[in-house]
Amino acid sequence: MIMKQLISFIRKEFYHILRDKTTMLILLGIPVVQIILFGFALTTEVKNTHVAVLAPTNDEATQRIIDKLNASAYFDVVEQIHNTNEIQPVFRDAKAKLVVVFEDHFAEKIRHNGVAHVQLIADATDPNAATSFSFYATNIIAGYQQELMAETKNPYQITPEVKMLYNPQMIGAFNFVPGVLGMILILICAMMTSIAIVREKEKGTMEILLVSPMKPIYTILSKITPYFVLSCVNFATIMLLSVFVLKVPIAGSFISLVVVSLLYIFVSLALGLLVSTLTNSQQAAMLISGMALMIPVMLLSGMIFPIENMPLPLQWLSNIIPARWYISAVKTIMIKGLGMSAVLKEAGVLLLMSLVLVAASLKKFKVRLE
Amino acid sequence: MEDIKQHNPAKVIIAENLTKKFGKFTAVDNISFEVEKGEIFGFLGANGAGKTTAMRMLCGLSIPTGGKGEVAGYDIETQTELVKKNIGYMSQKFSLYDDLKVWENIELFGGIYGMKDAEIKEKTDKLMQLLNFENERDKLVGSLPLGFKQKLAFSVSIFHSPKVVFLDEPTGGVDPITRRQFWELIYDATSRGITVFVTTHYMDEAEYCDRVSIMVDGKIEALDSPKNLKKQFNAKNMDGVFQQLARKATRKAD
Repeated sequence: MIMKQLISFIRKEFYHILRDKTTMLILLGIPVVQIILFGFALTTEVKNTHVAVLAPTNDEATQRIIDKLNASAYFDVVEQIHNTNEIQPVFRDAKAKLVVVFEDHFAEKIRHNGVAHVQLIADATDPNAATSFSFYATNIIAGYQQELMAETKNPYQITPEVKMLYNPQMIGAFNFVPGVLGMILILICAMMTSIAIVREKEKGTMEILLVSPMKPIYTILSKITPYFVLSCVNFATIMLLSVFVLKVPIAGSFISLVVVSLLYIFVSLALGLLVSTLTNSQQAAMLISGMALMIPVMLLSGMIFPIENMPLPLQWLSNIIPARWYISAVKTIMIKGLGMSAVLKEAGVLLLMSLVLVAASLKKFKVRLE
Repeated sequence: MEDIKQHNPAKVIIAENLTKKFGKFTAVDNISFEVEKGEIFGFLGANGAGKTTAMRMLCGLSIPTGGKGEVAGYDIETQTELVKKNIGYMSQKFSLYDDLKVWENIELFGGIYGMKDAEIKEKTDKLMQLLNFENERDKLVGSLPLGFKQKLAFSVSIFHSPKVVFLDEPTGGVDPITRRQFWELIYDATSRGITVFVTTHYMDEAEYCDRVSIMVDGKIEALDSPKNLKKQFNAKNMDGVFQQLARKATRKAD
């Protein structure tokens, strides 16, 4: 009986979603569009980055590195400068975004000492781009070093030292994948769920459901299921895009990432449930989700503005934003490459939040119409 | 307590001193009545008289503050689940899903009431024939005219063969011809032994009922067949009866 009820009801929920093609396209399309948009800001910057070179002693080693940089799609060497005083003007006049500074007698030092230094000075006003291209440049130099070792069988070492100008802490790097995840999941789970439940109230069908032998908890479960599925699809899309299109790797444990994400989806669904018990019209539900959920997620979660830079009251406020904890956990796992043990605090906070929210919304959910 | 326990199959609805208070406000004040199997029971009253509150208590949606009630042989306070299984309900708001096809709506409610797939299919075929809906079967409900929808909503509310069906102003905004057809469906249901409990604003519809109760300020002021009521109040029609009683009301409409 219960299974039959659930199946009938969940099927109905899928009909609702699948028939409303516009909404479904938007829901499935948003993550793709956002990831591509954010992603292109990153990739276009990296291609053909203008490079200036300071090589006090122009020898065969510096020349080969310069050629390799030039040969890659990422860099165009546009200027040779001759002393350190010229570095600032190069950035100021936006002639180049990266200055490669070799030690003097570079080739000689490799040969005699086995160690030579090269400094990469990056314009980090766009931190995403700066990380990427300095990472590429470091790789190219490491590539040359390997070639050199293969040729001569000697353990040569070229140590590139990366220096970020203008934004040395690199806040904002790789921020958007966790940020988009945090936002999309809240959007789908909380907003769509609350609207779907409130729609039944508004249309009068909720009354029919309450009069039926279907238990309210099953009604809720069935309403949540399709949005849960949709969230999982979105999670997968975002992961695939970020790994294969943006090349943002999942450095840490994928399982931990899934666990934390499920926890966050759960919190979002509970939030949506709570919103639906507080309102009686779809518009109100949308407004509450939009104003009370989306905006704090965007502004206070650390997705756009770093939390450390906020005034203290806002920092406290950010603690009650689930997305803050989720984004932080995703960054730790995806970017820093750590596992579950590193995000226990975040996972704990999310778990606590979900318990409180579920308790609150079940208490508020009106089993009886009065 | 004792006489309510005595199961009487002929009495499908029993209300005994049923009362509902919201704070200091008494929405339903000590009402008692009985409805027999297969009867069409009209439940009349001005807006705010307490009709809807009384009906919700009988449907198991609202717990009475005082008194007792029994629907389809089950206690409305302690056996709400069994009550719900044995009643149908159609509200004044149109209550099917617009973005679902006709057969999908039927299938959904059949499923919610735990009917078997084969039974749902067989009864759907029959119903489509009865309503002359064979061509509409695969259409979205939202694309149907209001009269069609109302008839379908009623048919869905009795699809699981409940003992009682509660109709809350079912014919609001429907043209007279469709209302006529709607009442034919109601008569058809009673002929199959379904008891009909209906609230309405249309006094001509009150004439179609076997018995009518008129609520004023939370109390039942009159209860009899339309014929007897007209005699008692010396009125030409039910509207005359209603006007005389409703004038006494002190409570404002909500």
